[in-house]
Amino acid sequence: MTSNTGPNKSLPLRAKVATSVSKTAAALSRAAGRGDGSVIGGWIGLKIDPDLLSHLAAGRRVALVSGTNGKTTTTRLTAAAMGVLGDVATNSLGANMPTGHTSALARAGHTPYAVLEVDEHYLDQVITATSPHVVALLNLSRDQLDRAKEVAMMASLWRDALRGRDTHVVANADDPMVVWAARVADSVTWVASGQRWHDDSWVCPECGAHIERVDGDWYCTGCDLRRPVPQWRLDGDAVVDPFGEHHLVTLQLPGRVNRANAATALAVAAQFGVRAADAVPRLGQVTSIAGRYATAVRDERTIRLLLAKNPAGWLEAFDMAEHVPTLLSINARDPDGLDTSWLYDVDFSPLHGRPVLITGDRAMDLAVRLEVNGVSFTHVTSFARALAAIPPGRLEVIANYTAFQDIRAELDRVN
Amino acid sequence: MSTESVRIVWVYPDLLSTYGDRGNMLILAWRARMRGMPVETVEVRSDERLPDQGDIYLLGGGEDGPQALAAQRMTLDRGLHRALESGAALFAVCAGYQLVGSSFFAKGEMCAGLDLLDLSSDRGPTRAVGELAGTPAPDLGLPPITGFENHGGRTHLGAGVRPLARVTTGVGNDGASEGVWQGKIVGTYMHGPALARNPAIGDLLLSWATGSTMEPLDDAWPTRLRNERLAAVR
Repeated sequence: MTSNTGPNKSLPLRAKVATSVSKTAAALSRAAGRGDGSVIGGWIGLKIDPDLLSHLAAGRRVALVSGTNGKTTTTRLTAAAMGVLGDVATNSLGANMPTGHTSALARAGHTPYAVLEVDEHYLDQVITATSPHVVALLNLSRDQLDRAKEVAMMASLWRDALRGRDTHVVANADDPMVVWAARVADSVTWVASGQRWHDDSWVCPECGAHIERVDGDWYCTGCDLRRPVPQWRLDGDAVVDPFGEHHLVTLQLPGRVNRANAATALAVAAQFGVRAADAVPRLGQVTSIAGRYATAVRDERTIRLLLAKNPAGWLEAFDMAEHVPTLLSINARDPDGLDTSWLYDVDFSPLHGRPVLITGDRAMDLAVRLEVNGVSFTHVTSFARALAAIPPGRLEVIANYTAFQDIRAELDRVN
Repeated sequence: MSTESVRIVWVYPDLLSTYGDRGNMLILAWRARMRGMPVETVEVRSDERLPDQGDIYLLGGGEDGPQALAAQRMTLDRGLHRALESGAALFAVCAGYQLVGSSFFAKGEMCAGLDLLDLSSDRGPTRAVGELAGTPAPDLGLPPITGFENHGGRTHLGAGVRPLARVTTGVGNDGASEGVWQGKIVGTYMHGPALARNPAIGDLLLSWATGSTMEPLDDAWPTRLRNERLAAVR
């Protein structure tokens, strides 16, 4: 392919038709107010050409981002970093299954690069379809077990997906499950991204022995699985690159976990030849992603939205949230997982001393959990009542997936 | 009961803790403390010896590999067996429930259980995922049970044991009966923090452990939760 021949120009006829129909369907979906078009277009396109994703990916240099938490944000940060090189196609709306990837690539037209967020379960399939230059693996923890693969099984699927592939892996050195999966790859860059949640990685996936943790290091007590030496790490507000150079990263996104996501984004971009110093200013321009971390003002209340979909995500949210009135909202609809057992995997005691309000479909599950946790709370039956129950000033909202979407809708889909 | 406090032992949280299993320990401890009873909670890792002086032992859920490993280590350790012989109570959920029987199915093969009760488990035709509700055995004096199940196993009770409940929603052991009750042992497929929705089972365990009747607590929130979940499957 010559340099001025974009992916679309080289598409087979069937793929061209599929791409065109896909974009039309997405536009219709948006025009009809039925959705943002990030799934329907790809769904229709794949019906016409089952290999459409491969066809659309061909000729682009692709990075994939997967993990239980942080993949939407890391995808956005990586796309921003890659922007140094040229146009980047990305599924920035969080539609992270092959239909979403297909829509994103069809919509983007021809771009030399693509950065795609991938649902953990689809990693193997999407690697096959897109032949990525780099795969970034963030973390693995329990998430909606009534339908998701259990953690060890997911690590095993990742391992199989990576074995024998001609792709570079950027992986979190602090998550034993990720390390075990990633170390079969031919070439790996390790990033010290941290791991606040340890409860899914006390048992070695290789040999079943206990994993010991000492001052940020970890090792299996029964075999050779241990924390690899990271090439990228954090030092306060700086990301340290493999040459030991410190890059001060000023993000608009809160928390240590987002600085770690920035480190991963820089490590991925470096594989494409992007210098960290060139990418860092672009990371600082990334604001909220699909409403995550968005701020809105209503009735003299400044409301910030934090999404927490699973126990590890809740721990990160408590770390980010300020000590101000806090609304917790829990649903258990299909996208959330129908099971609320995870509430007992989360220690809510960091909320001690803050005025806590609870709402959502499953507020009663949360009420019992908080009572046992010794955290005082007030139950409210709607978001409007939550606002009325606090004085003017700040409100932090921490909610799981559909509860988050409900509140975001009340705030006119704030972004 | 040990002399000073109620000792609650969570067995092998490194192996048997799939989803909120810590909840049962937290809820038992909270219900005891609310009544002014001193409580000691102990988490015993699978590479440590199991104490035999506990009052209530908890077995949680787990994936196939860890479940099989837990069975091997507990069989060698014998601490739980000794504790039960000296009158301790046991609450076992999901994979932990299967462990109390003579055999269970994990990683494609039959594995030997702890053989504490006359029951055995194998693999069912489908995975049972969803709300589970039932009418308890009348002798237990419990209100309807409500929980969430997520398991691929089916459990067959022998002649010497009784089911915890008759299923009204969900699968439980086999679509008809749910769980087991024998002596001071309760086993159930209501996974994770089953006591959150069934505080009366928690009080039953505490009364077995202490030998005294539990005075009622202000259970306004658990009652609202129970009513909501039971109404949802009606």
